[in-house]
Amino acid sequence: MATLKIPTPLRSYTNGQAEISVRGANVGEAMNDLVGQYPTLKPHLYNGDGNLRPFVNLFVGEDNIKDLQGVETPLAENSRVVLIPSIAGG
Amino acid sequence: MQPFIPGLTREEILRYSRHLLIPEVGLEGQRKLKGSSALIIGTGGLGSPVALYLAAAGIGRIGLVDYDVVDPSNLQRQVIHGTSTVGKLKVESAKAKLLDLNPDIEVDIYNEPYTSENALRIARDYDILLDGTDNFPTRYLTNDVAVFLGKPNVYASIYRFDGQASVFYAKEGPCYRCLFPEPPPPGLVPSCAEGGVLGVLPGTIGTIQATEALKVLLGIGQPLIGKLLLYNALDMSFDFVKLKKNPNCRVCGPNADIKELIDYEEFCGVPSHDHDEGSAGADWDISAPQLSERLKSNHLKLLDVREPHELEISAIPNAVNIPLGQLAARLSELDSAEDMVVFCKAGTRSARALELLVSAGFKKVKNLKGGINSWAKEVDTNLPIY
Repeated sequence: MATLKIPTPLRSYTNGQAEISVRGANVGEAMNDLVGQYPTLKPHLYNGDGNLRPFVNLFVGEDNIKDLQGVETPLAENSRVVLIPSIAGG
Repeated sequence: MQPFIPGLTREEILRYSRHLLIPEVGLEGQRKLKGSSALIIGTGGLGSPVALYLAAAGIGRIGLVDYDVVDPSNLQRQVIHGTSTVGKLKVESAKAKLLDLNPDIEVDIYNEPYTSENALRIARDYDILLDGTDNFPTRYLTNDVAVFLGKPNVYASIYRFDGQASVFYAKEGPCYRCLFPEPPPPGLVPSCAEGGVLGVLPGTIGTIQATEALKVLLGIGQPLIGKLLLYNALDMSFDFVKLKKNPNCRVCGPNADIKELIDYEEFCGVPSHDHDEGSAGADWDISAPQLSERLKSNHLKLLDVREPHELEISAIPNAVNIPLGQLAARLSELDSAEDMVVFCKAGTRSARALELLVSAGFKKVKNLKGGINSWAKEVDTNLPIY
């Protein structure tokens, strides 16, 4: 299973979990599995029409999925998906 | 035309001798720094180390933008200020510290909010911008100003134990909007005033910001252009991801449609400051003295939506605690027929809780304006303010 790293601001929706094991052959499936495990996370990550919100940045390894195949980007068993948050503190 | 590169005085040669010994800096580099200028937006957690180190490094002219005054709750991390400057303007407090550290530099201060009206005018005469702001609207503004003026924007941002840093320079790589085309929905990402921040975190990240600024100004090394640093203090992890220019970027892409500064508060849906005194609107708010009166005669349910660890700091007796993040899943524990007052630390989270309750059909709910901190100021003065 791939690992998905949850940023601190969203951990209140994952019972404080920082890393979640997710099932899925690609990023979209893995994200569906994530919001299936933690349903209160869904409205924060997805629009009403079921697409990921534009501020949600997902990286597989070092690369933004927008520069790969988007949510179709394939995942291997040991893939590491990082959700990069917008934070504004200074 | 080559920019004017000033010489160094005998005193400056001694002051900067440790720089002059590094071949990558040397006399020429130090003269470059003396001839350069940096605008630091925000003199808070990040702005403190950034300003201190850039002043110490001998940047010839430093601009500071901030309109706040020093508060005791700043001092846990904003090390440019001190107990003796509490209540004073941050830009004046910071300027005095910088000139004590290095009287040979020039410090320009702008005691005003950084807005679409003044930002281009202020930033125009600086070589590099450093984003040390504490809110989304000013971050988008800082980015767009840098893109329009063709200047590098050394970015950093912090929350609790997490930090990010990059150099957004649209001439050579992506800008902030390439990565974050839109801000998160209001309320999703808590600010440091709401969620807290480890005091040393801006020290770690701000010194990285200062390092990047010096590298860019000196033209040495590999600045974080096209790369984002992700730091976590608990894991002591430094991760990097690659950033590319977004061909659809609305400010720096080939078909950019944003050509001038916009209303950034409207764009982000939040105010351009990190003061956390929240309100749900006059119709939904109740003040601390009003609540105190009503509690004498009526039965009211008090709903505290803070995190459990905050209850150890201060609490109102008989309040029920359901943290905001759990509220949606625990609505069945509440009775919508009951009169209820929701509160948090200062009124921001409770305003969001109130929205959630109203959308779930609760009608008899009010928001304690200013939160438990206003209760501590106006009703129970034995309670601490945090």
